Amino acid sequence: MRKKDFYAGGLMILFGLVMSLKGPSYRLGTLMHMGPGFMPTALGILLICLGVAIAAGSLGTADGEDEDILPENREWLAWACILSSPLAFMLFGAYFGLAPATFACVFVAAMGDREATLKNTIVLSALVTVFGVALFSYLLQVPMPVLTWRGL
Amino acid sequence: MIATALTDLWYGFGVALEPHNIMWCFLGVLVGNMVGVLPGMGPLATISILLPLTFGIKPVGAILMLAGVMYGAQYGGAICSILLNLPCHPPHAVTCLDGFPMTKAGRGGAALGATVFASFVGASWGITEMIFLAPVLVRVAMEFGPAEICSLMLLGLLAGSTLARGSPVKGVAMTVLGLMLGIVGTDIETGAERFTFGMTHLDDGIELIALALGLFGIGEFMNSVNQVSTVNAKYANVTLKDMRPSREEMRRTIAPMFRGTLVGSLCSLIPGTGPTIASFVAYATEKKVSKTPEKFGTGMIEGVVCPEASTHSSIQGDFIPTMSLGIPGDAVMALLLGALMIQGIVPGPQLIKEHPDIFWGLVASFWIGNIMLVVLNVPLIGIWVKLLTIPYKYLYPSAMFFVCIGVYAANNDMFQVGETAVIGLVGYVLLRLGFHPAPILLGFVLGPRFEENFRRAMLISRGDIAVFVERPISAIFIALCVLLIGLQIYVRLRPKKPGDMAVPAVVAE
Repeated sequence: MRKKDFYAGGLMILFGLVMSLKGPSYRLGTLMHMGPGFMPTALGILLICLGVAIAAGSLGTADGEDEDILPENREWLAWACILSSPLAFMLFGAYFGLAPATFACVFVAAMGDREATLKNTIVLSALVTVFGVALFSYLLQVPMPVLTWRGL
Repeated sequence: MIATALTDLWYGFGVALEPHNIMWCFLGVLVGNMVGVLPGMGPLATISILLPLTFGIKPVGAILMLAGVMYGAQYGGAICSILLNLPCHPPHAVTCLDGFPMTKAGRGGAALGATVFASFVGASWGITEMIFLAPVLVRVAMEFGPAEICSLMLLGLLAGSTLARGSPVKGVAMTVLGLMLGIVGTDIETGAERFTFGMTHLDDGIELIALALGLFGIGEFMNSVNQVSTVNAKYANVTLKDMRPSREEMRRTIAPMFRGTLVGSLCSLIPGTGPTIASFVAYATEKKVSKTPEKFGTGMIEGVVCPEASTHSSIQGDFIPTMSLGIPGDAVMALLLGALMIQGIVPGPQLIKEHPDIFWGLVASFWIGNIMLVVLNVPLIGIWVKLLTIPYKYLYPSAMFFVCIGVYAANNDMFQVGETAVIGLVGYVLLRLGFHPAPILLGFVLGPRFEENFRRAMLISRGDIAVFVERPISAIFIALCVLLIGLQIYVRLRPKKPGDMAVPAVVAE
């Protein structure tokens, strides 16, 4: 049994279930006068079938080489950093403006690398901030204040 | 017919040669060429990052630039493959096989020179094909009703998902997922809000840029972080003088170049077979035709030139269905089509007639852009090679900033930055489970139009599903779909011969 394919099929079945169970609540309609719920329900059922096919196919085949769901090197810190980087951008952008948001976004993302040192990261973040503010705020006129204070 | 085509092309050159359009085209190919060299940054991520920056410029300039990024990246990808043995972009994976041995033997410069030349020939043929084929296709497509459009889209979606990399069933599942994501938001016909889960930010649907940057930006960074080692640029010292192939090498280049071009243009006619498939089919063909097949892999210039010519001819050919029918063949084309839609231009057969400046300007700019690339590549190779040594630890945090600000600038909406992060996480999970996320974009872009035409076809036929096989043109498309699925099942069930998978295995990584 191929573990990876089995879970892959399971995930598709889950997505399909959400669609096909929620779809009918938007009114199905008839084939001639389709309601907004028709397409999602149909696609949901199709996705469930595909998921079953993927999962069923996995049962008959032998294990492949790379069957771990998680990769060999688990970069939990790096993953967390990359995913929190946009959140840092949102938070700092909403309260303090573009420059702090840029700095925070790059800083958080860069800390995910194994070889990152505090000094390198600060220099990189500062460089990107200067360049980014010049490009987006002055050249492209993105309507976001460079520096502001909206309180907490 | 030739006269009208030439007049239109003349008009196109008029559009493309306007100073600001030339500037956008130049900027596009330059950036494309650069990111083509950078490891871990594909044309998909680059086009999506640049997409919000093009909102301010006119549609013609925007599409010239974004298309420039796409074919510019192909020239850069070849540099990576030949000089560093790094298949940064899948279409160039095959080029490594003979390109890198040539570099080790000290002929890397010559291989690059011949490649640039062959690429230009391949691209030129693809453009010529576009000039003559697109108007013919449009004339046919003008007769299409909703039923035909629907079956054609179905064929496009099926081909795009089953012929791409990886398992066909998983590809189809990704397309269906894309279609579903396209449904999120307010239904255009009834105004019902679907799958917004009470979030008003989702009323206008999922943003194309957020989806593309989540899947191909954040998802890709999560996959590559701490995995990319610094490149070995030991052999990468190439001077201008080295780039001139010897007379003997030039002679051996000519025939493979035309064979590659032919293979590429044939591949581009089959929907869904993009440059990646074209390049390894070309390599396999060249090996078969050659008198010394055993020497392939040891630095044969034929094995470098043929797949590269094929890649370029197929990329230009891919624009034909995208621009004339509004049916993109792969994710990059879907993204370009999405860019046009954001600019308020409706894709489909009426595009060439309603916006001749976009179509003919684009065609003309292909030539201008390709010439620019040939000229650029020669003196800039040294700089590109230096770029390659930028460590990934500096590259991806900077790219993260471009992702965030790009998504924000699209609508000045912070919510979408968070949306991108969530999509990125889902994209990475899908990647780990062995899915290729590219067909999601295909389904997402075509989804709303598919639903609209399906509804219309059902309304006209009074709910009779048989309309798809009763109308002759539609029946042909459905038959092709069935044939496609049948072939996939046949390939699946056939006992595998050893050696069959040799080339695809290289391409997959």
